[in-house]
Amino acid sequence: MVDVQFRFREDEAVNDSAVTVDAFTEQTNATAVRIEPGDDARALLPFLDRLRLIEVNFPAWTDGRGYSSARVLREAGFTGEIRAVGDVVIDMLSHLKRCGFDAFAPDKPLNPADAQNAFDRWDNVYQATADGRQPIWALRHQS
Amino acid sequence: MYKYDSYDQQMVDTRVAEFRDQVRRRLSGDLTEEQFRPLRLQNGLYLQLHAYMLRVAVPYGTLNSAQMKVLGDIADKYDRGYGHFTTRQNIQYNWIKLEDTPDILADLAAVEMHAIQTSGNCIRNISSDQYAGAAADEIVDPRPYAELLRQWSSFHPEFLTLPRKFKIAVIASETDRAAMRLHDIGIKMVKNAAGEIGAQFYVGGGMGRTPMIGPMIKEFVPLDHLITYSEACLRVYNRYGRRDNKYKARIKILVHELGKDEYTRQVEEELAHLLTMGIEPPIAELERIKQYFTDPAFEADASDDLDLSDPDFRLWVERNTHAHKQAGYVIANVSLKPVGGIPGDATADQIRLMAQLAKDYSFDELRVTHAQNIVFPHVKKADLYTLWKALDEAGIGTANLDTVGDIIACPGLDYCSLANARSIPVAQKISERFGSSEKQAEIGELKLKISGCINACGHHHAGHIGILGVDKKGVENYQLLLGGCEGADTSLGKITGPGFDENGIVDAVEKATEVYLSNKQDGERFLDTYRRIGMDPFKEAIYG
Repeated sequence: MVDVQFRFREDEAVNDSAVTVDAFTEQTNATAVRIEPGDDARALLPFLDRLRLIEVNFPAWTDGRGYSSARVLREAGFTGEIRAVGDVVIDMLSHLKRCGFDAFAPDKPLNPADAQNAFDRWDNVYQATADGRQPIWALRHQS
Repeated sequence: MYKYDSYDQQMVDTRVAEFRDQVRRRLSGDLTEEQFRPLRLQNGLYLQLHAYMLRVAVPYGTLNSAQMKVLGDIADKYDRGYGHFTTRQNIQYNWIKLEDTPDILADLAAVEMHAIQTSGNCIRNISSDQYAGAAADEIVDPRPYAELLRQWSSFHPEFLTLPRKFKIAVIASETDRAAMRLHDIGIKMVKNAAGEIGAQFYVGGGMGRTPMIGPMIKEFVPLDHLITYSEACLRVYNRYGRRDNKYKARIKILVHELGKDEYTRQVEEELAHLLTMGIEPPIAELERIKQYFTDPAFEADASDDLDLSDPDFRLWVERNTHAHKQAGYVIANVSLKPVGGIPGDATADQIRLMAQLAKDYSFDELRVTHAQNIVFPHVKKADLYTLWKALDEAGIGTANLDTVGDIIACPGLDYCSLANARSIPVAQKISERFGSSEKQAEIGELKLKISGCINACGHHHAGHIGILGVDKKGVENYQLLLGGCEGADTSLGKITGPGFDENGIVDAVEKATEVYLSNKQDGERFLDTYRRIGMDPFKEAIYG
């Protein structure tokens, strides 16, 4: 298993090994699952309360389906860990975080200084997503 | 026009810093070219045949004179003294050095411009009607909606690595001047029976190797659902758009394979969910943006008189101007298609001259058109002759808008690494063949569009006459298409038959115009005659 390099959670680290979505829906005691790009994250929605960890795999960082998966899970109220695994690169980090990822386990460890810059890059954002940040339009119209 | 507030400015400044950092990591070797490629593309930086090419965004084709001046200055400072206006209403520079690009972006940011998402598999620059805010036939000015969508689509974290590029156009009149139905999403602002403004959505249009006219999927999206509905359209595409084959990855293929009804059903399902998520900016935000698009201070008593005693001026007025909604004013088009010229190119001096003329005579505003021309949207008729004189002296006073000389052409094999054939020399030869204004005036409206490969950047499917360059066993070969059209009556051109060499295609175009001239009935344009008499008479003349 690849190490988690960045984690933005206070709770204890989850080390349960993740099963595939297909295996999960048959195996009722698993607490961690891994979503591949072709999986529909909505298949997990009935089971969110017993999941502690959902890994979202990026076999290639240019395949952006995992961003939608994470948002769908957060929008459904999932509060457990969503971990980006696979080909996770510096330039994805802030966008992944905005879509609800709170842990990152890149195949190849990232330069920590560059990664910190990437996480801190955007002081403001244009869209309301899953990270709870106030978008610019909300800041503009605060009463 | 829109002005950045401190938030907008901070966003583009942050992007400059981010890209500067990406270039640093590339130059230091931390990033390989393969890793860097998608990053540079999201900043409009291509690696072409001879050099890097930088595409700068002109959101919905609108810019002010200070911005236009900087575009000219960049051409001098970082390129070879010219720029190329594109079919996405953008401008691109063909001879850029990688290490200069962060500084170019900084120069752009200083005048509220950027190159964000002008390439890559993300939502691209949003295009619109070049006559927005000036034409009499619009229901509303479409640009505030385009600006709202610009902000929503900029750095949208979920949609930066889509299956393929994604193009949106917004219009607000029956006369479609932006090829709206040939976009991934085409939005037409409409008024419903209750008199409310809303957005009509057309999804899954496009050109490229599988041209499709986008079907309407929603007749009326209320304004307080505009962003949410767009997000639903994109989310369904991001999840299910094909990623196994880049030639089948555009949303048009998804809509086609699922069927319009099933795609629409999925969008509605996603919409119902997203409406509970609070992602829609308040109407107050739209109202804030709208304040920037109010009419300039027109003179209420400006005269409609025009002295047309100069015959060259008269020809230009007839050909290159369009009625304005305000009495005493006119919309003036600058053709960047001088006889024998390179379509869409302008020198740094010409760009700066247009900037100055916009300041003096068009309330500081210009537009870029998808036909690669420039518009002065608000010119007082009393100033028109002075304006034209200045343009004419600079070599950009050609009277050929929408005629056979007003050719759309992609950069082709002279620059582009994807091209199979050159486009520019063919455009130049056709332009020279029909050089005289009299000949062009006789033929009248004839939209001719040339692409140097099947990716169709030159919009050949939508040309009344289209030309497609292909590679035939190592030799450039050109196919002829007839009957394409963008606009309210969008249609796709059909191939006439076997292709031609460079001189042969010019002859074939001339023969097609002769068939038109000998068959046309009163008031018919080339396209009308073609639609009435069909392909056969043309084929006979061309191949007979």
